[in-house]
Amino acid sequence: MAWAPHGLANGTVTTKWPRRPDAYFDDFPASVEVVVPEDAAPAADAAVLAAANACPTRAIAVEAGEVSLDRGRCILCGRCTRLAPETFRFEPGSATASLGREGLIVGAHEENDEALQRLRADLKARVRHLGRSVHIRHVDAGSDGSDEWELQALSSPVYDIHRLGIFFTASPRHADILMVTGIGTDGMAGPLRRTLDGMPEPIVVMAVGTDAVSGGLVGGGYTDGIGIAPRLASGGRGVDVWVPGSPASPFSVLHGILLALGRVDESGLRTRRGGRA
Amino acid sequence: MSEARTNATPTAPTAPLTTPSVTTLPDTASWHDGVVAAVTEGARFAGLYADRDRLIAVLDGDHGFELIETTIERDADGTASYPSLSNEVPPAFWYERAAYDLSGLIPTGHPRPDPLLLPLHPGSDRPAPGAPVTDLGALIVSADTDAPGPVDLRGHGLLTLMFGPVRSGVSESIEFLIETPGEDIPHLNIRPHFKHRGIAKRFEALAPQDAVLVAERVEGIASVAHALAFSHAVESAAGTRVPPRARLLRVVYAELERIANHLECAMRLSDAAGLSVAIARFAWHKELVMRTMSTLTGSRFGRGAVIPGGVRAPRVDPVVAFDADWSRLRNRILDDRRRVMRTSSFLDRLRGTGVLDADYARRWALVGPIGRASAHAVDARWQHPYDGYRSLPLPAEPALDTDGDARARLRVRWQEVDTSFDLIERAVVALDQIEDSRWSGDRPVTVPDGPALGVAEGPQGEVLYSVRFEGGVIARCLARSPALHDLVAFHDAFHTDVFTDFAFIEASFGLSYAGVAM
Ligand code: SF4
Repeated sequence: MAWAPHGLANGTVTTKWPRRPDAYFDDFPASVEVVVPEDAAPAADAAVLAAANACPTRAIAVEAGEVSLDRGRCILCGRCTRLAPETFRFEPGSATASLGREGLIVGAHEENDEALQRLRADLKARVRHLGRSVHIRHVDAGSDGSDEWELQALSSPVYDIHRLGIFFTASPRHADILMVTGIGTDGMAGPLRRTLDGMPEPIVVMAVGTDAVSGGLVGGGYTDGIGIAPRLASGGRGVDVWVPGSPASPFSVLHGILLALGRVDESGLRTRRGGRA
Repeated sequence: MSEARTNATPTAPTAPLTTPSVTTLPDTASWHDGVVAAVTEGARFAGLYADRDRLIAVLDGDHGFELIETTIERDADGTASYPSLSNEVPPAFWYERAAYDLSGLIPTGHPRPDPLLLPLHPGSDRPAPGAPVTDLGALIVSADTDAPGPVDLRGHGLLTLMFGPVRSGVSESIEFLIETPGEDIPHLNIRPHFKHRGIAKRFEALAPQDAVLVAERVEGIASVAHALAFSHAVESAAGTRVPPRARLLRVVYAELERIANHLECAMRLSDAAGLSVAIARFAWHKELVMRTMSTLTGSRFGRGAVIPGGVRAPRVDPVVAFDADWSRLRNRILDDRRRVMRTSSFLDRLRGTGVLDADYARRWALVGPIGRASAHAVDARWQHPYDGYRSLPLPAEPALDTDGDARARLRVRWQEVDTSFDLIERAVVALDQIEDSRWSGDRPVTVPDGPALGVAEGPQGEVLYSVRFEGGVIARCLARSPALHDLVAFHDAFHTDVFTDFAFIEASFGLSYAGVAM
């Protein structure tokens, strides 16, 4: 049986994002939003307090009557959206990655623009020298297995990251981006450190999925997995791009990669650098 | 199409699962003999775990699930030991090592009592699932990660190859030590502990509605099956009646999950064979199945959809989600499956590869497609039917094969994909005809103190939860994944195969390593 002519002759299956909008990118409920009423801080009424208490990962904070939600902890269980639908609602759109950990906190929260500018400039300087093809090394540091499915999907014809010059590589030595999934178990501390040591500069480090960002729901137990940042900090590295999601969907991961490379911005729109990609 | 269910389930109970029967034996010697006797008489060994100083074997016998337990008396110096089952009951092999790691119970006479899930630094506490922990933060036990793996075979010309824990491409972390004198693989050592997450302890002190979220993350690629098995345990303890529409929608979610997983397996086998077009096509199909799941549930893995007592209302009407595009997808999958099963370069690599014979599968009580491809007909949808599987027509028996090789495992999965499509189709039609509009029970689910057990047939096989409730929350929870149960057979799948078969055998197993490492 010949496979070759068979191909994918069922119309174009590959997304055109980020060159063109993609309905699945735009519609997927990849995050929870805190609804801020006009002229007022989000109200911390009884329903909001109930939601904050019921959140399984303590992602919702109510301080001095003001509400914030940490997407880096949120596992998208939807409980808050049912208990306090006026304040919390699922937000369609896959542009969820952030260059700073702080950027994942939404609601009554002072965004530190200066800090973000600095992060952006620093990253820009580091990725400037990357060629047109970019290589990613993935390490699972204690995932539930779903994160890896979503990363593999990026190589499928639907997302086809090769069209953007992005490839997963087998060797740390040829990698530009280190992508880590999982809660950061104690058992993976050594292997993760060795992978980092084998990587050249400049590198970008991405924490992919809520587990990697904060430990998510499963982390925080006796294996000390509260996200990958503490594991990397002991090796003197920081996380550059944070991608929330339980797991992060392929489009959110792709948003994170292109954000790291400066080809799209936080909201997923193409930058000038992205124009030539 | 499939034959309607005849009397294929003679032992089908009236309730999906009742409280498991519990037999308590006075000492470890009688416990050992009791378990061996039950298995010899034909009970299926389904797991073993410790709850503080209680040692519990889970068996599936003529009258359903049974827990055989005993309390271990500690010696003066605090050690707790019992006569190992592994010599008489082979599948106890990994469970006994896991129970030693987590609870410190020593299986005397175990053929290889090495750490499996948690190699501890000397002096570290053991997590001891089931024992209340007042200060969770104080219980950080450490795994010795940099120690090299135990090397069993030493001799001239032996080559030890280490695969992992970080491997090429995108994969879950696990280490295989392959000791080979040249082309044959005489010995394989599996080390899953790197990504041990402490799952058992994470369940404790949680109420059922929180714990189900943890269950979804035990094996993330089988979130629905885990949520179902856990919910079944809760519902049987609480006496909850799940509304008819929820029972059917549960089948839809579970079968979507099965199709996605089986396509993943076809993809990985195609990858091992270098069939790039086949990889691309199966990946495309799988993506569309996951998008259908997200259309219905908001999650590509169906997370948050199954809750104790029912399901969440779907985001769209299932009739809308399964439209003409869905039928076209089914046909494309059928086409590509025919094509791949006629590609001789592909089949040549699968045929006779990774053979586990029927006797082996029975002795090791293998579950899932791995067991069924070796004629071991364990499938909870047939033997312990639950939810919509009790009313929807099923083929007379689960998909079976007798060859026991990688090809048989793929054939079984293709047959199951057929059944999955049929089940979804019928469930969607039936959903439309039900008047009772509820998706979950009206009363909050409250659980009485005591043991409860639930199963569901996941894509990789039987998912089993054995839970002890206390004060409305979980005191001990065994989340028994099919991966922990079956991966041990990977040791024995390599008898005469050349080294290059590794990728094929691994892909044909199709197991999640998160579910092994726990
Ligand atoms: S959706 Fe997120 S923030 Fe809301 S309750 Fe669930 S985990 Fe917490």
